[in-house]
Amino acid sequence: MTTRFTLNYDGTFDGFLTCVFEVYEKKIKIFNIQNIAVAQDSLFAQSYAVQTEEVKANRVWSSLKKRLTPQACHQLYCAFLSERTGIEDVMLRYIQKSLKSKRSIATDFSDDDVLKVAQLAKMVNREKHRMEAFIRFRLTKNGVYFANCDPDFNVLPLIRKHFLKRYADQQWIIYDLKRDYGLYYNLHKVDIVNFQFDKNFDPTKASSDMFDEDELVFQTLWRDYFKSTNIKSRKNMRLHIQHVPKRYWKYLSEKLPE
Amino acid sequence: MSFDRLKEKLNILADAAKYDVSCSSSGSNRTNKNKGLGNASASGICHTYTEDGRCVSLLKILLTNHCIFDCAYCVTRKSNDIKRAAFKVQEVVDLTINFYRRNYIEGLFLSSGIFKNADYTMERLVAVAKKLRLEENFNGYIHLKSIPGASDELMREAGLYADRLSVNIEIPTTSGLKLLAPDKKREDFIKPMVKVKNEIIQYKAEKKLIKSTPKYAPAGQSTQMIIGASGETDKDIMYASNYFYKNFNLKRVYYSGYVPISYDSRLPQIGAEVPMLRENRLYQTDWLLRFYGFDITEILNEHHMNLDLDIDPKLSWALRNMNEFPVDINKADGRMLARIPGLGMRSVYKILKARKFRALNWDHLKKIGVALNRAQYFITCDSKDFETRDLTPERIKGYILQNSKTKFNSARQAQLSLFS
Repeated sequence: MTTRFTLNYDGTFDGFLTCVFEVYEKKIKIFNIQNIAVAQDSLFAQSYAVQTEEVKANRVWSSLKKRLTPQACHQLYCAFLSERTGIEDVMLRYIQKSLKSKRSIATDFSDDDVLKVAQLAKMVNREKHRMEAFIRFRLTKNGVYFANCDPDFNVLPLIRKHFLKRYADQQWIIYDLKRDYGLYYNLHKVDIVNFQFDKNFDPTKASSDMFDEDELVFQTLWRDYFKSTNIKSRKNMRLHIQHVPKRYWKYLSEKLPE
Repeated sequence: MSFDRLKEKLNILADAAKYDVSCSSSGSNRTNKNKGLGNASASGICHTYTEDGRCVSLLKILLTNHCIFDCAYCVTRKSNDIKRAAFKVQEVVDLTINFYRRNYIEGLFLSSGIFKNADYTMERLVAVAKKLRLEENFNGYIHLKSIPGASDELMREAGLYADRLSVNIEIPTTSGLKLLAPDKKREDFIKPMVKVKNEIIQYKAEKKLIKSTPKYAPAGQSTQMIIGASGETDKDIMYASNYFYKNFNLKRVYYSGYVPISYDSRLPQIGAEVPMLRENRLYQTDWLLRFYGFDITEILNEHHMNLDLDIDPKLSWALRNMNEFPVDINKADGRMLARIPGLGMRSVYKILKARKFRALNWDHLKKIGVALNRAQYFITCDSKDFETRDLTPERIKGYILQNSKTKFNSARQAQLSLFS
């Protein structure tokens, strides 16, 4: 029996692409590709840690770009950000099929892997759109608009541009509590930041020692506005929750208890 | 200015504005300039949803709810005994900017009761938009109401600062308007609409020659009709809507189920149910006309004056035109695919693309997301299985209703019992 390999990588997109490179370069009999952070040993395969190398990653990416439209490439990247277990293997098969085919396979929706990538990309994009909608900034004492979130998928890289274009004249931070990193715009550029939060820090509260004195005023006005827009005789909570799932409520000032 | 007074004003003037259903913030192409605030390009964003499930995208308020008119269907009518209030221009500007900076909203939707006269009111609406654009360098979305009867000069200026302009037709028939809003004339609604339409045409022509031509209402204009206040048929509504789409290049027509707000004997009484299912069917029809290539006469005509409430208008059309089916999924053109019940435009797109690789079967269609419980009676695909019985339209309708769940179950119960 020939030995098959599990490739472990560092969880970055470049890391994954490096794995793809290794698969081709060394003609590895592949079992699967796993993010090292969540990797599980298998009885049937031998593990092998892959070092991320930008050059190798870029080579895979640029040959994909020749086979796929920019939209399809972006779709692939979005599917990766879903962080779904096993997504690496779906993507590897997708890439192998792409490189084998003369024309773009991105619209071959009766192929399971293509459909899976398209569907995951759609889910990730929906989450991106939700974050663009549900992010709520609060003005801190030092003049920075701060928002925290814990999106279902790793969408911060996707929403960066939207917020950069929109809030060009104010400093802001969007922090992903689940993945423990954030984006910080300092009026010139966006940096990736990591914070150590105080143990007592409650992301749902706007404590007066941290936030601007007018902050609560505007939160109250907004909550009141939200209440006034209701038409009682049309109330439909099922539809409401469908649009604003409960897991997002903790970050929406209009949905917090007073 | 005390916080409590501002709060009270906001409550009154947001409450009065909520019956305007338009909330769209899409379709503009205004981009952030000189590191200013906001960006109204690309698709719109719904920042939250009310408990009745409508999207909240804009700060939707009236400048004032004082009004010289007495339209029976309107909550701010002169004779109604309610609290009145008016915002100052600066107050609206501050609210908009501070809400926008916190990512609560996409922009402002400003409407108003009529104080003094049309021009006096329109001037104030324009003043708010102008201040936001010129003093605050605000590039978010602004939707202004065109006040019926406002002068051409003001409408011209309004379009320079607003992304969208709208006049609400409110009552789809002229006779209904006469009955419920005797002070208003249809011509007054049409006048600003014509002006805006012509300005947009002119802007587009000039833009081709001179790139720096200032934008004019880049997100176009829209209107709204109240449903179920004046005893009109669905045909009346949709033909009026079709007329406005065709003649005024409208971006959207909104349909608003009448919410009873008075004991006026000309109108449905307080406590009467809001016709939400009917409203939904009208929107479905609107979509069929704008995106699915249907003509209004196919859906509503002398023989078919009202939409079915128990089934959607496309299924209803298909059941009346069984001679067009079954359709071969692997051969039919896009136009015909779009006419199959259970297929949305996304499924149509996926089918057109996917069938270039291999012929599609039931399993493929299901995975792609086609609603087979409806579509199965109208299609064939790469499979030996298909509906071979020669079913009557009534039987098909019965099967479909039995096998589908809907949020409108209670409203449908009466019809369902016919088939069980």
